[in-house]
Amino acid sequence: MTGGGFGAFVRRAHDAGRLVVQPRMGMSSPRRMRAGLLATRDARATTVGTITLDSYTRVGDLESARLAVLEDVALNGYPIVSHDPATTAGVLDGIHGPGFPVQVRHGSAAPQDIFRALTAVGLDASEGGPVSYCLPYGRVPLRASVAHWAHACELLAARRDSGGEPHLETFGGCVLGQLCPPSLLVAVSVLEALFFHRHGIRSISVSYAQQTHPGQDAEAVAALRRLCAHHLPDAEWHVVVYAYMGLYPETEQGAYRLLGKAAELAVASGSERLIVKTVAESRRIPTVAENVAALEYAAEVAARTPRAPLDATGTQTYAEASALVDAVLELDDDPGTALLTAFAEGRLDVPYCLHPDNAGSSRSYIAADGRLAWADIGRMPLNGIADVRPARAVTAAELLDSLSYVRRSFDGPDPRNTRGVESAHP
Amino acid sequence: MSPFPNASDPGDRPVLVAGGISDSHTWNLVYLQLLLEEHGHRVVNLGPCVPEDLLIAEALAHRPALIVVSSVNGHGYHDGMRTVTRLREQPALAAVPAVIGGKLGIAGPCGAEETAALRAAGYDAVFDDSAEGIAAFRRMLGALPQRALV
Repeated sequence: MTGGGFGAFVRRAHDAGRLVVQPRMGMSSPRRMRAGLLATRDARATTVGTITLDSYTRVGDLESARLAVLEDVALNGYPIVSHDPATTAGVLDGIHGPGFPVQVRHGSAAPQDIFRALTAVGLDASEGGPVSYCLPYGRVPLRASVAHWAHACELLAARRDSGGEPHLETFGGCVLGQLCPPSLLVAVSVLEALFFHRHGIRSISVSYAQQTHPGQDAEAVAALRRLCAHHLPDAEWHVVVYAYMGLYPETEQGAYRLLGKAAELAVASGSERLIVKTVAESRRIPTVAENVAALEYAAEVAARTPRAPLDATGTQTYAEASALVDAVLELDDDPGTALLTAFAEGRLDVPYCLHPDNAGSSRSYIAADGRLAWADIGRMPLNGIADVRPARAVTAAELLDSLSYVRRSFDGPDPRNTRGVESAHP
Repeated sequence: MSPFPNASDPGDRPVLVAGGISDSHTWNLVYLQLLLEEHGHRVVNLGPCVPEDLLIAEALAHRPALIVVSSVNGHGYHDGMRTVTRLREQPALAAVPAVIGGKLGIAGPCGAEETAALRAAGYDAVFDDSAEGIAAFRRMLGALPQRALV
């Protein structure tokens, strides 16, 4: 497919041999939001823009968001529903377009107001999903989230009538950010993509968040690509890799080294887009300058990394992900209904997720070689497929140890060397 | 369903753990639950994004030994003020110990002024996410009168 949309931009960049890099970025001030978009556009990298929304808007507390706008209180993102559409049009004026598409990132289990607000100003790219923006992050019942997301997808898909090709990205490759075995991340990402497709979206990206082991990550992205090629034959799709979403390294050197690994994963696996993290990640919301530095560093690493995708199907990760996807899809012809039944029966079960609609009987751990593995598969259909190591209950200190495994690994001395890293980011 | 089916139950008044009103983070809450259980407390974990009304209803139902509000998304100060103000309006909850901690401001830790305001609004203690903040939280747990001896 061709055209001026988000998916088409990423496809063109990939065909030209370039990785698209993107920040997470949202400020409540329209002036600062516009400056952030301009800085992203003008970075020395192939970029798309991001408007990340504030968390009042995300949870649907529009009154708090509106009060913050009236009283000029700084929020942790851009309140797109509460700003006047003319204000947001001013933020985007001369910036958003075929050469620099802008995506709205939000985190909502009920995104209809958000999708109405973004389409009203001419945007048509967003992200999320009925599972990934419900179970790990809030209190909305899964059944309600599935209904909200079905409606929201249809709102967005209607934009096609005015000539665009609306785009949605699954957040399913990230559920809880860390300690979820990659096969489950891949399965949720694929299932959310099928859900989007069922509700009219034809330009889709599937996410995968970097985890604890580069080899396992490469297997996961290969599995994700294979499953999408199989299940989404008539959609335009690409893979977006998220730089590590758990506790981030605290040292500058460690933060850049981890980001570099994410860029290598993205390019080597044949992925088309990367969402970066910055040196500030472990402490606070990053500045625009820190985001630009991360975008440029990731682009430099990407430019010197060859594409070398793995064979998709001969891996543990593929076997588990494929079994999970099949076990869900056989439940119902409708992906939303199938997802609801799957979680109710525990066929999908996110480790450590506190949501009442998650079975909560699966457990994961980081194996001695750094791979994420199952300590308990609960009732997921992975008997005879997953290699399960039953574990005693984890202590708080052990949990913290696992949560900080990546931070610790990357803040320590580089096992190889750091040549190139210091000079790579001015 | 509790994700911690083996947690001990000393049959005491529980500790309520809650994320900030607009805070979607979970790992801080999972960690706090394990830490509190290791100190002998039964935990009712309300998870992320807990509205004031839910926290009040759960607090009235459970009569907790302690309420712990944890926030890391940058709205901790504003959300935390709203929560504790509403909580303290309930006569039955005027004296229940309540604390807040985490990354409470969008620019990192909140300052002395905000900390004082949070205490004035009704929190018995305010912890930042530094090593000292965590040590202070552990000292407070050790000193809680309702600590169960298990």
